[in-house]
Amino acid sequence: MAPRVGVVVFPGTNCEHDVVQAVTWLGGRAELVWHGSGDLGPVDAVVLPGGFAHGDYLRPGAIARFSPVMKAVERFAAAGGPVVGICNGFQVLTEAGLLPGALQKNRHLRFLCTTVGVRVVTSTSVVTGGVAPGTELRIPINHFLGSYVCDRATLARLQAEDRVVLRYVENLNGSVDDIAGIRNAAGNVVGLMPHPERACDPLLGSADGAVLLRSLLEAAASSRAA
Amino acid sequence: MRFAACVEVRLRPGIADPEGATIERALPALGFSGVHGIRAGRAFRFEVDAPDEAAARARAQSLAHRLLANPVIEESHLELAPIEGH
Repeated sequence: MAPRVGVVVFPGTNCEHDVVQAVTWLGGRAELVWHGSGDLGPVDAVVLPGGFAHGDYLRPGAIARFSPVMKAVERFAAAGGPVVGICNGFQVLTEAGLLPGALQKNRHLRFLCTTVGVRVVTSTSVVTGGVAPGTELRIPINHFLGSYVCDRATLARLQAEDRVVLRYVENLNGSVDDIAGIRNAAGNVVGLMPHPERACDPLLGSADGAVLLRSLLEAAASSRAA
Repeated sequence: MRFAACVEVRLRPGIADPEGATIERALPALGFSGVHGIRAGRAFRFEVDAPDEAAARARAQSLAHRLLANPVIEESHLELAPIEGH
């Protein structure tokens, strides 16, 4: 049976249907999960998609972190379930403490909406399990608060534990160490600023994002078998 | 008792502040000189009901730390004063 992916929808989320479409193209089954639900249902993976959860009021993710669904996401993650936050979803995961660091305003206060090169750093995450380190992908970014920051000790730990998942080939937003995506210690929780769901068909300019979501579906299938 | 609270949230020293830097770069064009070190932040005002000032301070601090500021990149400063007549 096709792996089931729960796609969380907060008020203000706007990339959920892109994720559903991409997951469906790649052979998965996607279901929307409303943020007010305390139960994810029978899912094998969770995606927190992009957008402006709760209007991004206060800070992106600051209020979303208190949505009832986040307790369920925390439990799912603690049990080893694959969880991926894309763009605003990455911001939610850092605010919720599921990933370290924070996303700050881009360098030069520039809103960035363009396709960039990112390099896969490690295969030890649920979105890069099937991708060789060093692989370069062309994937769109679309954010104002995407500059990854963390203290020196956290950065040293991320590097030492092989937890930097993606790096920008050209660092436009000013992220420390060119970081575009990171994972938690176990590798099952990943946050990334680029939007792989927007690069799953050559018609969209790039199909490179498909390898990341395909890896997620494989991780979802094996997490169910476990 | 009721207390008026003001929480100022600002970036920790050393965290890049592109907003403050952009404001500072614009100053010469506006005719301001001799102004340096601009840091952008924000302020929140609210009222707290509590039996005494220590309890009001603890509640407001907790709110500032758990929600208003992101301790990874921000710090907060609380000012508190009793509201007369409450």
